[in-house]
Amino acid sequence: MAYLLTINGQSHEVDVEGDMPLLWVVRDHLNLTGTKFGCGMAQCGACTVHVDGVATRTCVMTVADSVGKNITTIEGLQSPQAKAVQQAWVELQVPQCGYCQSGQVMSATALLEQNPNPTDADIDAAMSGNICRCGTYPRIKAGIKMASAQFTNAAETA
Amino acid sequence: MNIRRFLKTDTAVPDSSRRSFLKVSAGASAGLMLGVSFSAPSALAQQASDAALEMNAFVSISPDNTVKVLIKHLEMGQGVYTGLATCVAEELDADWSQVVCEHAPADVTKYANLLMGQQGTGGSTAIANSFMQMRQAGAAAKAMLVAAAAAQWQVDASEITVSNGVVSHGNHSATFGELAVAAAQQPTPDRASLTLKTPGEFKLIGQDNTLRKDVGKHNGTAIYTQDVKLPGMLTAVVAHPPRFGSTVRSFDASAALARRGVQQVFEIDSGVAVVASDYWTAIKARELLQIEWDASDAETRSSGDILAQYRELVETPGAIAEAHGNPDSVLSASSDVTELMFEYPYLAHAQMEPMNCVAQVNGDSAVMWYGCQSPTSDKAAIAQLLGTSGDKVTIHTVFAGGGFGRRANPASDYVLESVQIARQVPNTPVKLVWSREDDMQAGYYRPAYVHKLSAALDAAGKPNAMKIRIAGQSIMAGTSMAAMMVRDGIDNTSVEGLTEFAYEVPERQVELHSPQVGVPVQWWRSVGHTHTAFSKEVFIDALARKAGADPVAYRLELLKNNPRETAVLKLAAEKAGWGTTELPEGWGRGVAVHTSFGSTVAEIVDVSVDGNNFKVERVVAAIDCGIAVNPSIVKAQVESAIAYGLSAALADEVTLTDGHVDQTNFHNYRVLRMNAMPVVETHIVPSTNAPSGVGEPGTPPIAPAVANALAAVTGRTFTRLPLRLA
Repeated sequence: MAYLLTINGQSHEVDVEGDMPLLWVVRDHLNLTGTKFGCGMAQCGACTVHVDGVATRTCVMTVADSVGKNITTIEGLQSPQAKAVQQAWVELQVPQCGYCQSGQVMSATALLEQNPNPTDADIDAAMSGNICRCGTYPRIKAGIKMASAQFTNAAETA
Repeated sequence: MNIRRFLKTDTAVPDSSRRSFLKVSAGASAGLMLGVSFSAPSALAQQASDAALEMNAFVSISPDNTVKVLIKHLEMGQGVYTGLATCVAEELDADWSQVVCEHAPADVTKYANLLMGQQGTGGSTAIANSFMQMRQAGAAAKAMLVAAAAAQWQVDASEITVSNGVVSHGNHSATFGELAVAAAQQPTPDRASLTLKTPGEFKLIGQDNTLRKDVGKHNGTAIYTQDVKLPGMLTAVVAHPPRFGSTVRSFDASAALARRGVQQVFEIDSGVAVVASDYWTAIKARELLQIEWDASDAETRSSGDILAQYRELVETPGAIAEAHGNPDSVLSASSDVTELMFEYPYLAHAQMEPMNCVAQVNGDSAVMWYGCQSPTSDKAAIAQLLGTSGDKVTIHTVFAGGGFGRRANPASDYVLESVQIARQVPNTPVKLVWSREDDMQAGYYRPAYVHKLSAALDAAGKPNAMKIRIAGQSIMAGTSMAAMMVRDGIDNTSVEGLTEFAYEVPERQVELHSPQVGVPVQWWRSVGHTHTAFSKEVFIDALARKAGADPVAYRLELLKNNPRETAVLKLAAEKAGWGTTELPEGWGRGVAVHTSFGSTVAEIVDVSVDGNNFKVERVVAAIDCGIAVNPSIVKAQVESAIAYGLSAALADEVTLTDGHVDQTNFHNYRVLRMNAMPVVETHIVPSTNAPSGVGEPGTPPIAPAVANALAAVTGRTFTRLPLRLA
């Protein structure tokens, strides 16, 4: 059946089974392949997108449940926090194989949008749902702190 | 699936092995490294002026001033795009910002790994085998640019300078792009005429000023196999047997075929394939299959039974892998023999991108798109399956979402699976996708092992005799590499790290049992060293405690004729504050040092213990890998190798119950997450020696260093992975 989705500010109509996870809708039907498949049971975080601003695992969220939500994938990231995270990722050369990094960037961005100055414990809590088998965790943490510094410094000078 | 048949291939693979480089001395490999092949560029110079102009097999320059470097190795996170391009750009004197990278095609005549004799990535050889070749390729391209400028400006080539992508002489200057067409018409320079830089002249090698070239990983634009999209492409999944060695007796696909979007269901060697319009449709249809499996050839044992068999085996003599003197007589004469039994589970690679492969079969030819780690052997296997020749197989290599050994399968398992499926759907691209459960349960694991180590100490507390027995499956047996890698019943990958024992022990013997077990096994980041380094380093620590010696001092005494391990161990100890800094109550510090893939790594670990729980708080690592082409990537690889090995030290374990793999996904195959990641500090030993391995050597020391740190707190010796306090 047809479902109307709002993804990255655009409307998309897809004709799929209602139980199809949002992950496979964006990947296989909308060609938004930045969102990755890693586990299919919300264990690894590779499929993370923002649903109404909240980091959400799309491998267990059905297309039927996605209707009426404001969905942002890695392709649609625009916030200053997202830009700061992505810039830090490049500067610190965070990604290795990179397969998990879309999900890491989505989780890190959501964290900074809600908490511009996270502690180490805040970062661990927000990011431990995202597995990286290359073990880029130290650089992810450093990247979040680098991105965070932009906002905390800006706040101090404002 | 008949796993034994699957493991056996008569595939014609060049007489070489991915890991035979271990036997290649630095002197011999230097000769091999001169094997750069420069293709004739003249014909290409006729191409349209906006096309890239090929200077040689590795370097093209476009009139728009882009320098494209073809990368003969698979970029799977280890940074090979950046490392190889750095070597080219260094000698070319290119500006780093003008350099782009692309995977080379599968062509062994141009792109062989010079330490393997075939095109392939593995054994931490990417930089080691390419260092001279890529620099020569850069220097040769520079010589052609200079020759073109000399002709254009009517000046002496020796007076021309090249810097940051600009060729200059007096008032003349030109970009590479401006000279590209004329340069491509210059004769290919003789290798002997090329003068390479001395390490003191390096501007890029050894610096941190080269940002990675495997771009698009921060914004989702990097393309992996999973992202390959082709017109008319279908998606396939496979129902694998529930136990290794089971085969399909019969199946009923009527319910699956009735589902919208399902195209075909058919049997292949490894199970039942479902081909559908997309992944979700295929997966849902697979759940509807009714399959009756024939388990008469299946492995039906539990992993506990297999380990129990290994424990019995190590009580009996095995094939002799190495012998020095007669340790038996010393041990039997000793009244105080130290003996430890070690146990290691099967391990899954669990790379983030589950196995996948895109194939299109048109008649007797095949076109492939995937993160191809072994182009030469995969190509030969595909050609054999299709009854065709290698030149009918085209491989397009894309980024791999991690590998850790899994993608270099000697039987080309998942690759042939995808070709078998695509053959049934001719002229159509088909993407084979394994679910995480398939990836975890359909095999190829680091083998399980049991080791038994026995030693006697002399009056000074030093080991004077040691006996080592190892029991576990051979990775190489039954593969196309067996002829090369299994000698006199000894698979070197089962014993490496305990043979050529780094510590001085005058009388020692290593014996091996390689039982046949129906569980498919494969190398896993650092291969044999994943287990041998643990036994070696935990055992040495236990001997140090018995001798009442400091673990670092004890090692240094036994390494006094090994200057490299001595230097690396001392550096790590100094940076970690070994013996000079106090630890909080309940904390312990442990050490391990190990050489693998030509590089030496020492790691010193601080753990905190709280009841039956512990946390690895800090790791200080030192590495000697020769010249560090890109220190930032070397550090990233050491951090990565530590994280990967730490995951296995803390949690990873594949078990079987009556032949069924118990683990299915990340909820019950628990891998390292950020909250368990320690602070890692990496120190690189300055060196002017040729580069050696970086991707793997950081993994072996971490688990024993953690175990030794736990021993420092608890006084207990830990001999089983994953580590458990209770």
